[in-house]
Amino acid sequence: MLTGKEILMILEGLRDTLIIVGLSTVFGYILGLPLGIVLAVTDKEGIKPNRIVYKTLDLITNVLRSFPFIILLVVLIPLTRAIVGKSYGTGATIVPLVVAAAPFIGRMVESSLKEVDKGVIEAAQSLGADNLTIIFRVLITEARTSLLVGATIAFGTILGYSAMAGAVGGGGLGSIAIRYGYNRFQPQILWPSVIILILLVQLFQILGTRISRKLDRRK
Amino acid sequence: MSRIIEIKKLNKSYRTDKGEVQALTDINLEIEEKDIYGIIGLSGAGKSTLVRCMNLLERPNSGEVIVKGSDLTKLSDKSLREQRKKIGMIFQHFNLLMQQSVLDNVAFPLEIAGTGKKEARRKALEYLETVGLSEKASSYPAQLSGGQKQRVAIARVLASRPDILLCDEATSALDPQTTKSILGLLKEINSKFGITIVVITHEMSVIQEICTHVAVLDHGVLVESGTTDELFRAPKTDEAKRLVFSGSEHIINMTSENVVRISFHGGSAYEPILGNIILEIKTPLNILYADTRTVNGNAEGEMLIQLPPDEEKAKRITDYFREKGLDPKEVESNAYRQRNSDDT
Repeated sequence: MLTGKEILMILEGLRDTLIIVGLSTVFGYILGLPLGIVLAVTDKEGIKPNRIVYKTLDLITNVLRSFPFIILLVVLIPLTRAIVGKSYGTGATIVPLVVAAAPFIGRMVESSLKEVDKGVIEAAQSLGADNLTIIFRVLITEARTSLLVGATIAFGTILGYSAMAGAVGGGGLGSIAIRYGYNRFQPQILWPSVIILILLVQLFQILGTRISRKLDRRK
Repeated sequence: MSRIIEIKKLNKSYRTDKGEVQALTDINLEIEEKDIYGIIGLSGAGKSTLVRCMNLLERPNSGEVIVKGSDLTKLSDKSLREQRKKIGMIFQHFNLLMQQSVLDNVAFPLEIAGTGKKEARRKALEYLETVGLSEKASSYPAQLSGGQKQRVAIARVLASRPDILLCDEATSALDPQTTKSILGLLKEINSKFGITIVVITHEMSVIQEICTHVAVLDHGVLVESGTTDELFRAPKTDEAKRLVFSGSEHIINMTSENVVRISFHGGSAYEPILGNIILEIKTPLNILYADTRTVNGNAEGEMLIQLPPDEEKAKRITDYFREKGLDPKEVESNAYRQRNSDDT
């Protein structure tokens, strides 16, 4: 059986994981949403094609996405130190997570926005809508269910990455699972941590799907 | 009447993988205020491209698109957006915002114009009443039938108070009954609000039903234009004949010697003209095809008659037809043969 101290540690790990993943998702969207919008808009099929802007962002996104996360963690240590002040712990985990999540989120936003029917965009143009109106009143509103499904996937992916951050001294449940489960071989701590992680992903998946289905007016 | 749309020397080509494709060649077209102007052609004739040039959804490679006195191709983005508010457009697939309620769809152009949300919704409801759909205000487009969706699209267009309404195959996805009611609504809009309407279609019945004027497009070239009555009475080009006689083509292919087409309109329908001429020349005539249709509310009849081989008699008959105002036209069979070979 788990001791009270161990239970407390797992609960603290859960709290840290929620903070890390929650903040990383929020910051990931603060960077990734505009990135995805610009990618969708400047693409050659977009409403304001711009080859140079698209190709540049496309390249940066691809480069960041092809970094294995565990390497990115190490490479970004100087940046993390500059922003958070130290390179380990809960706060320090967020920086590389955001850097890894933003391009991933950007791609997902881009593909959601590109799913919007060209005809509807043309209808808005024929009504005299400017590009900003089209982005906010047509692209984002029409793509909202797809965007929400994307957010659910992003949350799950960031949660997975956050466990890796444990390997280099980040906080959270993943870190506990690695330290106690792998390094010290204590399955009684490993398994509760893993099960809580699984339940967390399940919960958000169900929640995300339910909300997006409720918001979808196409049927 | 003044000119509201004028297209001069318009050319449009596309670059595709297989090279340059010329979609429209040297188009010149004039549309007067309050006309219901039809543009007809087979699929691939370029009619959709042409109508999309009228609000610059497609930018022509050269030429002018003058709408209400200003050349759209020379306007800044901002002025073009202002002009577009006065040029409404409806589409074959309706293109409504699927995630927004019917009411918000109609309020959308009002919000673009800067009207507050509450006021926009109030006005939107009035436009929904105009198209007879106010009870569907809180529904979503996916819950409506095709005809209802097109009515919402029309209400949305009306909300920006346009001077012109472009219809890009607006009834092609609808069944005949619904097509009729949408065309009726367009006609009503034309007379009630004085909105000039441009209709793109591949169906002659649509032109017949509502258009005052018509232009025929064939492989990107405007081959014939004029009033709808003129076109039905005396189509000049092969393409126009194909479209007008589309019901009678197979008969012509069977026997194609010495055939004339006569058309009846107005008073000529009251005299037994055929009977009289048969009695006079004492030779029976072969009627190959006959039909009546309603063009813009007027009954029009057409008949294909095979003349006797005797040239003198044939001349007497055609002279008699001409005297009675039936406008006999010799029918060349190649127009139909061409079409048939296209199909195979």
